[in-house]
Amino acid sequence: MLEVKDIYKSFGDFPVLKGISTFFEKGKTSMVIGQSGSGKTVLVKCMLGLFEPDSGIISYDNRIFKELDENERRNIRQEIGMVFQGSALYDSLTVEENVMFPLKMFTNKTRSEMIDRANVVLNRVNLVDKNHLFPSELSGGMKKRVAIARAIVMNPKYLFCDEPNSGLDPKTSIVIDNLIQEITQEFDIITVINSHDMNSVMEIGDKIVFLKNGLKAWEGSKETIFETDNEAIVDFVYSSNLYKKIKQAHLKGL
Amino acid sequence: MNYLHHIGAYFLMLREVFRKPQKWKVFWEMLFREIDDLGLKSLGIAAFISFFVGGVVSIQTALSVDSPFIPRYLIGFATMRSVVLEFAPTFISIILAGKVGSFITSSIGTMRVTEQIDALEIMGINSINYLVLPKVIAALFFYPIILAIAMFLGILGGWVAGLITELFYTEDYLYGVQLDFNSYIIKYSFIKLIVFAFVIVTIPAYHGHKVEGGALEVGRASTKAVVWTSVVIILLNYFLTQMLLG
Repeated sequence: MLEVKDIYKSFGDFPVLKGISTFFEKGKTSMVIGQSGSGKTVLVKCMLGLFEPDSGIISYDNRIFKELDENERRNIRQEIGMVFQGSALYDSLTVEENVMFPLKMFTNKTRSEMIDRANVVLNRVNLVDKNHLFPSELSGGMKKRVAIARAIVMNPKYLFCDEPNSGLDPKTSIVIDNLIQEITQEFDIITVINSHDMNSVMEIGDKIVFLKNGLKAWEGSKETIFETDNEAIVDFVYSSNLYKKIKQAHLKGL
Repeated sequence: MNYLHHIGAYFLMLREVFRKPQKWKVFWEMLFREIDDLGLKSLGIAAFISFFVGGVVSIQTALSVDSPFIPRYLIGFATMRSVVLEFAPTFISIILAGKVGSFITSSIGTMRVTEQIDALEIMGINSINYLVLPKVIAALFFYPIILAIAMFLGILGGWVAGLITELFYTEDYLYGVQLDFNSYIIKYSFIKLIVFAFVIVTIPAYHGHKVEGGALEVGRASTKAVVWTSVVIILLNYFLTQMLLG
């Protein structure tokens, strides 16, 4: 289990996180949602160890991050897969080399073993015959698939995704969402997605943590989001007429 | 205060640069790539400029010493001294600061703004060590080779200019080149270049690594890196000359 307890983080005099506590479980797709500036990116960056929280605890399966030495932190980082908003693929490397990169850095596999493993994960994300293309030659959806393949190539225990649907068309977004959910269940990993895409939330949100002004304003699932009368989440989700109608239909049992 | 902050942050970055590479095999691959990017790809411009500047120095010297009381071999002597002492190490370093420095800042800066550096750090890779150390070693290894070529081509350019313009004779030029030769000036030149090579890589790397924002900021950082690298080279040139020749 990935747990955050009472996390505070400020930049200068500006408090961004004001005591966030929650937990994320194995095999479930958890989503951190909220408006821009609500603190969700900072929370995820704290969980990833890119920002040091001012106070509070982040615990990876009972390993408290701030109490670990540099080697232990490095070990945890190797258990993390990350899919960035812009994919963050290395421009100078081909698709295959991008996917092989963590293997090259952290394992002693031979080149043919690494290629085999890269092909396995590339097949898993349904990207075949693109091994020798460079990121600049791929579409947005393909880049996301390569990023997912790179994130899972080391068999991570924790998968983080930052706005995985950003810049994608609705159909490709659903494909990427489903792929992330399938991988989460198949590999039984803890997946945390930072998003403000309500389609994704409704599609794959096994657990939803809603942040507002640096506070956890609501926590639930895609099922309970329709029933809640929490003002903050209602205001966020039903700012769109489409979702108002979906809610009415849901409540009428349609 | 802001300058002090940057100087401190620069030295903290250097501490990270000189750590043991996490994987030697990957380090060697990166090193050869950097030798190609920073060294081999700079050879052409360095050779071109050296040859023609050598020619210009010899022609200007020849035109300046038209008195019959000044020996013609002075042209070769002055060309060799100018090229070896100042032109090859300093002028070539300024050229490389522009070419290589902007490349380093923009490539690392782009990696920063497109989250590629975050991706390295999340994996537990020391991004500064991974990206900058191979560049530093490549420059320290290859720039002395560029310097030797630049010295040779500068002197050769001076001689070819004499042949074409007929302002001086080959015998006088070659005699002047060898006159009062002191190997210390070659050592001095290589010491300067090694210091400059370090600066040419690390200052732009620092500016690239701390970029925040987007394409505009990467462009600004590249300009700033080239300006500061040139300023530091000029200042170091003064102090090194004072220390080594004073």
